[in-house]
Amino acid sequence: MEATKQHIDFYGEVRDVLASRSCSEMNACREAALRTFSEQGFPSPKVERYRYAKVEADFSPNYGIALAPLGGKLPPYCFRLAEADPRVRVLYNNVADATDSIVALSTMLSVDTLVVHVPRGVKVEHPIQISNILKGEQDTMVCRRILVVMDELSEADIIITDRAASQSRFLTNQVVEVVMGNGSHLSLYDIEETHLLCTRYNSVFVRQGRDSSLHHTSLTLFNGHTRNRLDVLLQGEGSEVTLGGCVIADKMQHVDNNTLIDHAVPGCQSSELYKYVLDDSAVGAFAGRVLVREGAQKTSSNETNANLLATRSARMYTQPMLEIYADDVRCSHGSTVGQMDESALFYMRQRGIDEREARLLLKAAFITEVIETIPLESLRDRLHVLVDKRLRGELSKCEGCKLCG
Amino acid sequence: MEEKNSFVREVAEKKYEYGFTTDVQTDIIEKGLSEDVVRLISRKKEEPEWLLDFRLKAYRYWLTLEQPTWGHLKMPPIDYQAISYFAAPASPKSSKAGEIDPELMKTFDKLGIPLEERMALAGTAVDAVMDSVSVKTTFREKLREKGIIFCSISEAVREHPDLVREYLGSVVPYRDNFFAALNSAVFSDGSFVYIPKGVRCPMELSTYFRINARGTGQFERTLIVCDDDAYVSYLEGCTAPMRDENQLHAAIVEIVVKERAEVKYSTVQNWYPGDSEGKGGVLNLVTKRGHLRGANSRLSWTQVETGSAITWKYPSCILSGDGSQAEFYSVAVTNNYQQADTGTKMIHLGKNTRSTIISKGISAGRSQNAYRGLVRVAPTADGARNYSSCDSLLLGSRCGAHTFPYMDVQNETAVVEHEATTSKISEDQLFYCNQRGISTEEAVSLIVNGYAKEVINKLPMEFAVEAQKLLGVSLEGSVG
Repeated sequence: MEATKQHIDFYGEVRDVLASRSCSEMNACREAALRTFSEQGFPSPKVERYRYAKVEADFSPNYGIALAPLGGKLPPYCFRLAEADPRVRVLYNNVADATDSIVALSTMLSVDTLVVHVPRGVKVEHPIQISNILKGEQDTMVCRRILVVMDELSEADIIITDRAASQSRFLTNQVVEVVMGNGSHLSLYDIEETHLLCTRYNSVFVRQGRDSSLHHTSLTLFNGHTRNRLDVLLQGEGSEVTLGGCVIADKMQHVDNNTLIDHAVPGCQSSELYKYVLDDSAVGAFAGRVLVREGAQKTSSNETNANLLATRSARMYTQPMLEIYADDVRCSHGSTVGQMDESALFYMRQRGIDEREARLLLKAAFITEVIETIPLESLRDRLHVLVDKRLRGELSKCEGCKLCG
Repeated sequence: MEEKNSFVREVAEKKYEYGFTTDVQTDIIEKGLSEDVVRLISRKKEEPEWLLDFRLKAYRYWLTLEQPTWGHLKMPPIDYQAISYFAAPASPKSSKAGEIDPELMKTFDKLGIPLEERMALAGTAVDAVMDSVSVKTTFREKLREKGIIFCSISEAVREHPDLVREYLGSVVPYRDNFFAALNSAVFSDGSFVYIPKGVRCPMELSTYFRINARGTGQFERTLIVCDDDAYVSYLEGCTAPMRDENQLHAAIVEIVVKERAEVKYSTVQNWYPGDSEGKGGVLNLVTKRGHLRGANSRLSWTQVETGSAITWKYPSCILSGDGSQAEFYSVAVTNNYQQADTGTKMIHLGKNTRSTIISKGISAGRSQNAYRGLVRVAPTADGARNYSSCDSLLLGSRCGAHTFPYMDVQNETAVVEHEATTSKISEDQLFYCNQRGISTEEAVSLIVNGYAKEVINKLPMEFAVEAQKLLGVSLEGSVG
């Protein structure tokens, strides 16, 4: 409860600064969010969707907050909320689950929103990369908002990367809202390469229109404590969603992925594949819920979660869930927790590959299945390299970023 | 079309077969729950001091709890003060030893429970529990020759107090959960089984539960202890009259399995499910758990759940003995407005422990059927292995089928696998049957039985036949 009060007090202190730096759409949502947050506080592990997260502990340290609005020139199709199309501006905080206290906290404390708006029929040729870099000498909390609006028949690839460029403690609370118009296509990649002192709460909410398709891949390559929530609402017939996720964690890292695919209308398809490799004392959690609502006939859905444990102190929680209220559906899920195939190891060692290398190869091959589903070839190639380096322990800080030197 | 309608009518008129009440005099205590009631129950059963203490501790703990709400269920509010916690057929045992009230006899006859001569043919020893009291336990002499104790738990408390005291509450402590605490405070009767070392129980042991009196709850408690190298197969069946109120059934089953011993526990649950409007029916909120204490011990739960308005239970296994094996086979059928949230928990603690979970859910009408299960592998459970498979079949567009598996693995040598599918009966299969002159209803019954076969095959023969019939009856009228 103390952490809750701490954040409410904190909001009281910065309320005026926020109001002066922010736009009216964002300011208009703050008081309702404060009420939600005050009523609920930080969710306890008894709240089903936060079963495996230690929210109270994650938010307890006293962080400073970053309150700078977005600056500089933004690339094509990207806007600050205040400058975006009025039609887009009203969508702010309308897609996210406003009853969730983590979202409410973000709504209270965010100062600006990055909008990616792709107009009708436009196919964005180059991927749009949103690079979040955490840098500073002080322990800092960052509240980020991103709103992606894909108009009808538009297409885009968006890569969101999270990096930390200094060794301070960082707490990120990011909320991403995505609205996909009829017939739009979006590939959304979310790559985290931070460090052990970083805590990240990332909540992504997607609404899909008719015949739209979403490809979402979440990669946690290096982190401290991470909680990713991803809610996809299929509200237009014929829409499709593919979710991929891979996690490589060791030391004391903690990764919790919590997804919901909500089939609200008939004739939609979903598939989901999440893979974890856990070493040392890492803790992994996966909870994937597929909800098929009454009347959502002709739904097809499959969900797979596979996990590899390398040590005894690593721990994996997995919870693939199906909740189905329609009969003409084909839904399945599978989940495994296991170890490396001893016969495959033996095969490689017989051929002169030493044991360490053989284990690395098997882990890389295990993760490759997720990476291979990525449609963007250049990213795929890059990720193969990153995963290999990560498994070799060479990726202890963010890779290839000029800031780290 | 006309044929289908006539069938539906026929089925709609079909009633719950076991819905009669028996006109036996019943001794019911006042409704309500308090320390005095707990003391009264204990006094009526002439219990020793330690058991009363156990009950009171449980009752006081229960007062500190709130009824859980996490199940995927819409539970009507339960007024715990509106239930009578003890009902006994008045003087059930007549002066002649071993003889029972003819009205009661008729009840069990109607239910097809072989209490007298027929039991000899059936080769099953039966303990029949009506409302709160065990009315008759058969075959006791024959079992005694082998050193097997099979009696009601009240008798066991009197005659084998050391055994009961040692094991009661050792698998399901009174602090386990809300309903376990309630049961520990007010449990009325149930069966007690002790199989001594090295004895293979020569016949199936069976308990038959029936709620008869109005406004009562049933809180039975079963305790099975299977000593080293022993074997027993235990069956449990239950029915209740049709009432438009919800009746509460909160039982506890505890099983202790020692070294190299094996216990098979089978349940065919057919409590009154409520009418087609969802009115009435039994609330079946049961805690069942087995503790595989010895190395290489085995326990298997097999359940066919067709009754009850609400079923909320997870027969579980704690695998602490190295090399122990546990199995859970379940068919849960829900129709009309029935709700089920059932599954199992497998807690792997010992090395090289194995567990298998096969769950088949069938939902029809407007029912909701959920599988919820936990597989936990502790850091000590090297080489643990689990395989879970949960399938759901949907018959009708207004019912729900849900799967909520939880896996928690803390050992790198463990292999845990879970798979689940949800689908409806394939049109192709139906068409194939129709083409060959099998009506749609029959085809559905055929397909459903085939679907559930994996589980039904695990039941002892006499039960398998009953279960198969039940499956058919429960689903009649749900297609078309």
